Amino acid sequence: MSLRSPLGRVLGLGSAKEGASHWYAQRVTAVALVVLGLWFIVALATMDGLGLDRVRDWLRSPLAAALLVLFVVTLAWHTILGLQVVIEDYVGGEGTKVTLLVAMKFVMLLAGAVGVIAVLSIASGAPA
Amino acid sequence: MGQRERPLSPFLLYRWQYTNTLSILHRITGVLLSAGFLLLVYWLAAAANGPRHYARALDCLSSPPMQLVLAGALWSFCFHFLNGIRHLFWDFGAGFELRTARASGWTVAIGSVVLTALLWFVLRHGLGAAA
Repeated sequence: MSLRSPLGRVLGLGSAKEGASHWYAQRVTAVALVVLGLWFIVALATMDGLGLDRVRDWLRSPLAAALLVLFVVTLAWHTILGLQVVIEDYVGGEGTKVTLLVAMKFVMLLAGAVGVIAVLSIASGAPA
Repeated sequence: MGQRERPLSPFLLYRWQYTNTLSILHRITGVLLSAGFLLLVYWLAAAANGPRHYARALDCLSSPPMQLVLAGALWSFCFHFLNGIRHLFWDFGAGFELRTARASGWTVAIGSVVLTALLWFVLRHGLGAAA
């Protein structure tokens, strides 16, 4: 027998009510990535080789550097949302699941940060 | 009561078909592209680290096993890109008719292979020009 009231037992159960914003963010980042992904592939394909000088010339343009920063950030964001769903769907144990979710987010955020700083440092033309 | 035939879950009942193949491939290519994202960051970091690191990164990326990985990542990108557009149309409620869905599915499957071959040719040329 429980001393808790029926109302107290059900309060706080159910969804966290954040599912819709997760779903929506996945789609908005997808739309952004259609544009940014197309730009990135066309930029790589039309560049005259992938030599370091070419990459530096390319990213010295503020627009190119800005788009590449947005590409990296949006990719990291979309990847985190997508891998989160995959982990939640296929990993059973609660402990393993939470550990994997947190580790995945740490790795992806680190990668995103490294990517952004790399683009900015190439764009600023700081001699390495 | 004797043993009655109970209803089965859809995944036990359904015949394997092109639609669920494309659906699971969207997830698989998505997971592969997570690794591709890490490779992109590796490439950018190498470029920021200067000529010596960049040359080493290009060496590493043009080794045969890495070429296989890059080709896989490129196909994953093309497939996920095209099939993602298909999913976005569905999110607007368009393209659900069996004929349309079938046609768009085949377009994605064939288109991703053609696009990969085309881009591979162009980008490999670029990688060769860099080395």
